[in-house]
Order: sequence, then structure tokens, then C-alpha cells
Amino acid sequence: MKEFKHTHHAHCESGVMSSMLRHHGLNISEPMIFGLSNALNFAYIPFVKIGGMPLVSYRSIPKSIIKNIQKNLKIKMKLETFSSQKKGEDRLNELLEEGKVVGAQSSVYWLEYFPPEIRFHFNAHNLLVYGKEGDDYLISDPVFDKSVKCSAKSLLKARFAKGMMAPKGLLYYPLEVPTQIDLKPIIKKNIKKISKYMLKTPVPIAGLRGIRYLAKSILKLKTKPKKYAKLFLGNIVRMQEEIGTGGAGFRFMYAAFLQEASELFGDDKTLKDASKLMLEVGDKWRDFALVIAKAIKSKNEIEYKEISDMLLDIGKNEAIVYRKLLEFT
Amino acid sequence: MEIKNVPQDDSSTYGEMKKAIYAKNSNGKIKSIGSTGWDVEEVVTQQVIDDLKQSEKEAYEEAVSGKKSPLYYHMYALRMDLAVLAQSTGFFQWSIKRDFKPEVFSKISEKRLQIYCEVMGKTMQEITELPKVSYEGI
Repeated sequence: MKEFKHTHHAHCESGVMSSMLRHHGLNISEPMIFGLSNALNFAYIPFVKIGGMPLVSYRSIPKSIIKNIQKNLKIKMKLETFSSQKKGEDRLNELLEEGKVVGAQSSVYWLEYFPPEIRFHFNAHNLLVYGKEGDDYLISDPVFDKSVKCSAKSLLKARFAKGMMAPKGLLYYPLEVPTQIDLKPIIKKNIKKISKYMLKTPVPIAGLRGIRYLAKSILKLKTKPKKYAKLFLGNIVRMQEEIGTGGAGFRFMYAAFLQEASELFGDDKTLKDASKLMLEVGDKWRDFALVIAKAIKSKNEIEYKEISDMLLDIGKNEAIVYRKLLEFT
Repeated sequence: MEIKNVPQDDSSTYGEMKKAIYAKNSNGKIKSIGSTGWDVEEVVTQQVIDDLKQSEKEAYEEAVSGKKSPLYYHMYALRMDLAVLAQSTGFFQWSIKRDFKPEVFSKISEKRLQIYCEVMGKTMQEITELPKVSYEGI
């Protein structure tokens, strides 16, 4: 059995996929996984509430990274969900005995190794299980800098948490991994796809249209109670920074992907420039977060117009990146 | 962002954790590096933690005074809300609200109580009682 090596990643799902494939001999970075699975996004969905706040997301829906990597890289994956906890636990033990490293979906709230402060009810957290010692599972959680241990009881509860995006005990692992893949055509295709999507999303709640929609909604906070307005603004920043995003709502990670892609294409200038621009867009998102944090702390009136304008400006700057990327053919 | 500017603010909300951030080095190469926290992020995380704690405290007071059932308190103590509890149990929100009434909750069927217990990770005894908690300073 090959020894498993834990690596610290920014994001749970792309981190698990990168670790898992590297374990199987395909050397692929987290940003590359993120880029090739078209995971970058923006969505503002006011009618879906989480903790009373509208859904704001900087990435594609959970599980889409696993599914898109499977499809785009033609890697055969096995995904299993379970009708009972007992079956789900037995199957995990069986796979570990076969020497497999296994991806699992879980709820952050019930994972005992998370700091209590950030144990929120989020059901789409991904981790890798690579062994068992007595009653503890050996876990490589991509968003932790070291590997961790988790009691069987805690992991079981987390894998079978109910509610929105319930994991249903989901386990996944590759059946066959090629050790060499020509990434170039896949990179080309997916860069084009994401750029077109972000520029011309058919629905007003996603892509750059989603950013503009959120900017408009921020202006409307004026008429709302101040406590709500502050929680609303705080929620945008939490989704951007808090939950394993690699900083600036995945924009920094996407810039890393574009840089790696540029190198693969013999230092392609368009991709290189786009990477730089995306890094700058990321900095603008961080500035936006800073202004909101200050507004939350301050007792003064909130400058909604300023915050909304910043967001519109970010949208314009992102548009420049995607238009640049469409020049890459 | 440059690696040298990646905040290392030792945020209390990180616990012992470090988070990986992508940033460029002096040659422009983008790499992932560990961060011990960012004050900005701490503000927004702490904001929501305080809000949850406040709800928990209010729920406790209502349950202690007998206006609400222990279930109402346990929901907030577990950082849940009505939406999460309804999605997790499969019960209608209005029927859960009924169980927030002490007189309804005291006559709840064992079958229904069992589902609450399972979802909330509590024993029958725990879920029908209020723990001794102090919310001083909140």
C-alpha cells in the first residue's frame, strides 16, 4: 500500500480531488483542478436563505468539481450514497481495508476536529479518509495544515447529517486514473466556457449579472433595520473569505490556475496577462471586504452607495479578464 | 496579493487552524501559503457567532420562564434555526412551532421525539430538559 501524503489546500472539494489524484500518480495541482472543473462562479440567490441570509456563492454548486473532473479528465470515479448509517460505515471500513483513500461528504457542524467557533451547519464539506486506528479515522482534511483524527461517532454523524445538501454518507474514489493527460485542449475548452458563462449568464442571479444584482440589493438595504443590513453585508464577506476559498472568493486561486496554464502553453502572454488581472481583481474583492468590515464595526451611517459602487467596479474589472480570456484561442 | 502581505493576524475564530491563501512571491509566481487569520474575516465571523449566541441566550430565557419548550432552546444551542430543523427532520415548520409550546411538547409522541433526538444528537432525557447554563456577559 502506498503511503498517503497530506497536503494543505485552500478549498475542500478541489483539495480532495487534487490529493486523491496525486495519490494515484497523476500530478495535478489544486488550482488546475479548480480551473478544469469550471468551478469559478458568482451567484446571488435572494430566495434561498441560509441562516436567514440570502445565498451568496463565489463557486459552482457542491459536487460539481468531482463531477466535472470525472467528465473533463475522463477519470472513472465511483460515487456511493447509502440508505442506512450502518451500511455507510461498513462500506467505508471495507474500502479502507482494501487500502483505498476515500473522499467523503460531511457536515462541518458535527466534525469534532473543527474549532467550535466555525462549526456551522454546512453539509457540503469534503474530506479524505485514508486509514483507521482503533476507533479513530485518519483524515486528510484539505483545509487543515496537518492531517487530523476523528472518532467514528463524530464522522458518522457528520456523514449522515440531514437537511439541505444532505451528504447521505457519500463516499467517492477513482477506479482508474491515467498518469499522463494532455491538459492543453481541456484548458482551452474550459477557459472559453467559463468566460462566456460569466459574461453572458442567461439568469440574472449568476455571473457578472449576479454581481450587478447584488450591488443593486445593497442599495436597498437603506430601508432595512441596521442590524439586518450589517448581517447581510457580513454574510457576503463570509462567503468570500471564510469557507476555504483561497482568498478573495476563489479569484486568487483562479489566477494561479491561469498562471499554470500560461506556463503549459509556453508562457502564453494572453493567459499570463489574464492571470495578473485576475490577481488584481482579487485584491479589489479584498478591499471590498475591508470596507464592509469597517462599516460593521463603525457606529456611523453605512455608505451603501460606496459599497455598491465598489462591487460594480469589481464586476467591470472581472469582465475585462473574461474578455481577455476569450482572445486566447 | 503578495505573499509578504498575506495577513497573519492570529484570528481567534481560526482556533489552531491555518488557512491556505494563494498569493504571488517577488518573482510573480503564485503559490499557496498558510495564514493564521485576517482581522477583516474575524469581524464577520465573530458577527455571526455573536448573533447565534444572542439567539441562544434569548431562547434560554424563554425556556426557563416556561414560555417556550426545551426543544426551542436546544435548536438555537445547536446553531440551528426553524428552516434547518424542518429540513433535517422532514417536519413542517408549523408543526415544529407547535412543539415549541411547552404544553404541546410535554405530550409529544415518543416516535416524534425520537426523530428530534436523532437529528439533534441528544438523548430523550437531554432533549426534554434544560441544562444549567450561564449567559452572563452576553
